[in-house]
Amino acid sequence: MESPAEIIQHTAGGAIGVSWLMIALPLLGAFILLVFNRFTNRWGHLLGVAMSLASFAVAVLAFVELLGLGEDQRRRAVRLYEFIPSLKLDMGLLVDPLSVSFALLITGVGSLIHIYSIGYMSHDPDRRRFFSYLNLFVAAMLLLVLSDNYVGLFIGWEGVGLASYLLIGFWQFKPSAAVAAKKAFVVNRVGDFGLLVGMFIIWTSFGSLAFKDLGAQQIGTASDGTLTAIGLLLLLGACGKSAQLPLQSWLLDAMEGPTPVSALIHAATMVTAGVYLVVRSGAFFEASDVASLVVTIVGVATLLAGAIIGCAKDDIKKGLAGSTMSQIGYMMLGAGLGPAGYAFAIAHLIAHGFFKADMFLGAGSVMHGMNDEVDMRKYGGLRKYMPITFATFMVGYLAIIGFPFLSGFYTKDGIIETAMEHGAWMGWLAVLGAGITGFYMSRMIFMTFFGEKRWEKDAHPHESPSVMTVPLILLSIGSIVLGYFLIMDNRLMHFLAPAVGMPEHAPVPHVFSTTTVGLSTLALVAVGAAIAWMKYGRAQVPAVQPRGSFLTTFARRDLYGDALNESLFMRPGQWLTRIAVYFDNRGIDGLVNGLAAGIGGSSGRLRRLQTGFARTYALSILIGAALLTGALLLVGNI
Amino acid sequence: MSSLWLPILMAVPVLGAIVVALLPKGSDKLAKQVTLLVSLVVLALTLVMAFQFTGAPGDRFKFAATYDWIPSFGVHFGVGVDGIALVLIALSAVLVPIVVLASWHDASGVKAADGTVVAPKRSVKTYFSLLLVLEAMMIGVFAATDIFLFYVFFEAMLIPMYFMIGSYGGAQRSYAAVKFLLYSLFGGLLMLVAVIGLYVVAGKGTFMFPELVGAIQDPVTQKWLFAGFFIAFAIKAPLWPVHTWLPDAAAQAPAGAAVLLVGVLDKVGTYGMLRFCLELFPDAAKAFTMPIIVLAVISIIYGAIVAIGQTDMKRLIAYTSISHFGFIVMGVFAMSQVAQEGAALYMVNHGFATGALFLAAGFLIARRGSPHIADYGGAQKVTPLLAGFFLVAGLAGLSLPGLSSFVSEFMVMIGTYSSPAFGSGALTVAAIVSALAVILAAVYILWMVQRTLNGPTAEPVKAFKDLNAREVWVLAPLVALIIGFGFFPKPLLDVITPAVTSTLSNVQVDNPAIAEKGAGQ
Amino acid sequence: MTTHYLILSGLLFAIGAMGVLIRRNAIVVFMCVELMLNACNLAFVTFARQVGNLEGQIIAFFVMVVAAAEVVVGLAIIVTIFRTRRSASVDDANLLKY
Repeated sequence: MESPAEIIQHTAGGAIGVSWLMIALPLLGAFILLVFNRFTNRWGHLLGVAMSLASFAVAVLAFVELLGLGEDQRRRAVRLYEFIPSLKLDMGLLVDPLSVSFALLITGVGSLIHIYSIGYMSHDPDRRRFFSYLNLFVAAMLLLVLSDNYVGLFIGWEGVGLASYLLIGFWQFKPSAAVAAKKAFVVNRVGDFGLLVGMFIIWTSFGSLAFKDLGAQQIGTASDGTLTAIGLLLLLGACGKSAQLPLQSWLLDAMEGPTPVSALIHAATMVTAGVYLVVRSGAFFEASDVASLVVTIVGVATLLAGAIIGCAKDDIKKGLAGSTMSQIGYMMLGAGLGPAGYAFAIAHLIAHGFFKADMFLGAGSVMHGMNDEVDMRKYGGLRKYMPITFATFMVGYLAIIGFPFLSGFYTKDGIIETAMEHGAWMGWLAVLGAGITGFYMSRMIFMTFFGEKRWEKDAHPHESPSVMTVPLILLSIGSIVLGYFLIMDNRLMHFLAPAVGMPEHAPVPHVFSTTTVGLSTLALVAVGAAIAWMKYGRAQVPAVQPRGSFLTTFARRDLYGDALNESLFMRPGQWLTRIAVYFDNRGIDGLVNGLAAGIGGSSGRLRRLQTGFARTYALSILIGAALLTGALLLVGNI
Repeated sequence: MSSLWLPILMAVPVLGAIVVALLPKGSDKLAKQVTLLVSLVVLALTLVMAFQFTGAPGDRFKFAATYDWIPSFGVHFGVGVDGIALVLIALSAVLVPIVVLASWHDASGVKAADGTVVAPKRSVKTYFSLLLVLEAMMIGVFAATDIFLFYVFFEAMLIPMYFMIGSYGGAQRSYAAVKFLLYSLFGGLLMLVAVIGLYVVAGKGTFMFPELVGAIQDPVTQKWLFAGFFIAFAIKAPLWPVHTWLPDAAAQAPAGAAVLLVGVLDKVGTYGMLRFCLELFPDAAKAFTMPIIVLAVISIIYGAIVAIGQTDMKRLIAYTSISHFGFIVMGVFAMSQVAQEGAALYMVNHGFATGALFLAAGFLIARRGSPHIADYGGAQKVTPLLAGFFLVAGLAGLSLPGLSSFVSEFMVMIGTYSSPAFGSGALTVAAIVSALAVILAAVYILWMVQRTLNGPTAEPVKAFKDLNAREVWVLAPLVALIIGFGFFPKPLLDVITPAVTSTLSNVQVDNPAIAEKGAGQ
Repeated sequence: MTTHYLILSGLLFAIGAMGVLIRRNAIVVFMCVELMLNACNLAFVTFARQVGNLEGQIIAFFVMVVAAAEVVVGLAIIVTIFRTRRSASVDDANLLKY
């Protein structure tokens, strides 16, 4: 096994030296749009796009510069400034093959989605605000992947969480959007708790939070228990951000946001941050068998859960969201397999970024033409009315189900084959997941583009303007070629090797693999697609949701994830809150007020002694004098 | 060699207060302008002084000045600052002009859009001269190097605040003011006993702090005196279970006074723990660490949970502060360099964050005439600017990374977790439990945001006007500081670090930072 | 010999004290107070004579002077109260209470 290269301090200038511009430019864009708010209404969206494109240009230049360096020179740390001296923590960026891959994906797909949004949001009075949030998101996401330490990563991590919160709640006047935004943030915070405590342990054990001090050699001295704890806590963080079980519940609700947001944040980039974290912290997971096993279990469980949820959704975006969960499950599975799986996980991540963004934007294009209707039961037969949307959506569809020679075929197959080598059970479950993918994605295609029209009366479907279709076309080209390009000759694996290491036996990729696993995957996908055709293609789709079996209800209710959270956390939490408030008001404050009232009451009683009768006072004086005299006589002092 | 900086800093607001009080009748506007001018002068002086400050070794307290006050008892008017005191003085100097600007109309009667009286009409001049007197005392209490002088300021600060709550506050103002006064006086008396005890037992014939460090050796005496000081500071801070005065006081006080109350006055409690409890009675502090850490963790979690259940915005913010003060106390007593730096930094950052939150909430309340969260809804649509500031302030309250409070909260937690003192187990658990507050914080802030800013716009909210220029000038500097120190905390930390190092060396705990420095030389 | 004077003084004081405690009329109470003062005077004079110096006698004079001043003020108060309330009973003048 080849271990990752050393991280080298980058002192030369060049695009790597100014890689902070990648973050600064979109941040500046967000700042200008927010501060000079309505003055930028007319050209704000253009500024947003320009900043995103400029960031992309810097990323490309940095990528090219990196390619020009020797393989063991490709991990460059760029120091920016001293952040927290007593934690020996500097703010710095790490430009290496892994972070650059992400930066290219984020800025590339991000720019396309920015452009698409010009058209999609053209009727929204708050379009400028939308672009400022998008820019903020791009900046935070780049900080997340480029930072050379966990604290910087965490700042970006929460920054994207904030952007996601703002964008899910973009139409915050809808109560459902406001609730979904809050839910996403709070659930993510549960994951952040894990990440935070993980950082505590890392700092306490190794005295640093910078990646350069946390390589396999440096952490080798720690005990198994420590490494496992770190791994599991980081995984908790990853689960929150990447909507993996058990923190998956927020992603489906997050579809309340505008569709470009769903495409950029909740499909292509932000939700894959968990995978990034696992791969970036690979040293910890490789050192702990338990932690990496748990990663694969989480991955497998989520890829199945997401797929099952995807089967039952009538809302096109929620269907796609279920599929996103499922695909990230694949990536997580790949990331849990160690260096052999990293390259496939990242390849699938990049390919997924393209085809899922493609499909989400396609769904947005459909909604744009259908008065923002999301219920697929009210679609049908749209392929004639939206030819470009249909064609690009088909490409995304074929890519995700793993149709031969398209992206998903190569990347997903790579994960499945690698999983098979680690354990047959996870491999076959992943194959099963692929079969279900075939079913639910075909169902979506048939319900939307085929069959007869089930439109509402006032629907006038039309193709979207070119500002929206051109990004779709570019994304679908990516969906076609990227898998082949990244997997053939192990291109991505060799590129990433300096950052994440290289497995001992590099797999030999085939243009069309004829192994049992590969063929049975294809067969299962075909079966899934066939069932979908029988149920939704050939048969008539009821316009009203049928009751469905127990299993359907189970999937429609998101596997009772919300119900579970509600009964396990929310209701007891509400009770706890109520009890605590009661205790505070009546218990502690009651004690305080009681004490005050007690003192007040007893002095009220005591003052009754002051009757106002002079003779009573005289009597008490007499008694007092007598007592005093008696006492003096008693002690014999007189 | 006496420096005149600190006496001048205290004299300027006092003179300003006298001038404001002596202005002829009917010159309310002039009174406000004079107050603002004086507070800006103080701010400018403080900044000039702060830039001259160096953490260089040598005298512990810079800008020191000592004058005899009551020679027969060895009482001095002794002032001087180290890094921690300096940042807290700077915090007060920054907050006062902002509060002046924020309370521009508070004393002349505030009416909401629908005519509800938010604040009664009272004497404007009195309010602003009280404010300036309070500023002088805030500077004095942090600058005092004589324990008796500290005690005098500690108690005297109650007087202006009592009147600011009691005559300018909301409907329940007199209840809140009396509660605040009685609680604080109770603590203050215990402290007075301890101060006198310290004087007598130490037998040095002086109240000067530097000379009293290490004067008490007997552990039992230390414990008693420590308790006297600690209870006073715990009430001030406030720490669970002696916290119930704060929600009432903060909810009833006008927004500006609430900012000073929570942002600065309460810091005297945590500052006192750090300066006096630890350094004067190190053995007692170490002996009591565990129970205090437990109280701090209870404060953190309990404050957050109770905050979730509040229906009144200002009370909610007050409870979040109880949670945050728990963090500060935990950082102080975790006895590690990182945690104490975090705690000192937290005192400053909390002032900015909670200040902004209180003021933004105050602006909402001034428009609606009600502090009840249920009376709002959908303000984002009508007042986007106010909503934006409110959100940023709220996010600072939940310690969002990238905002200033995150740095301090992170340092407190990681410093507590990794503290070498007292074996690791218990402090580790404390840090992990306190980290749960990050989840609770998201719930209380975002739920409040959801109910006030989001959703369909409520009928009375539709009449709201967005922030005017004055209100923007109130919130913008705070938000700029919150974001600025979120990414660049170094200027503050550079000042704080040497102060914390010398505190810890007086406490004589095993401090790797000192050991390392020693080895490096 | 001295004992008899002291017993007389004690008796006078006791009568005065009883009068103050049981009588309601302000004038009578007042006179009883005088009686107590004079009982004290008697004791002073007795002791002075027994010890053989003048100090007790001088104090008796002081008491008489103070008592005279007190009579002036006290009677004035009683008369004023009687004018406003048409009563000289000390129990009626009980406004100064809790």
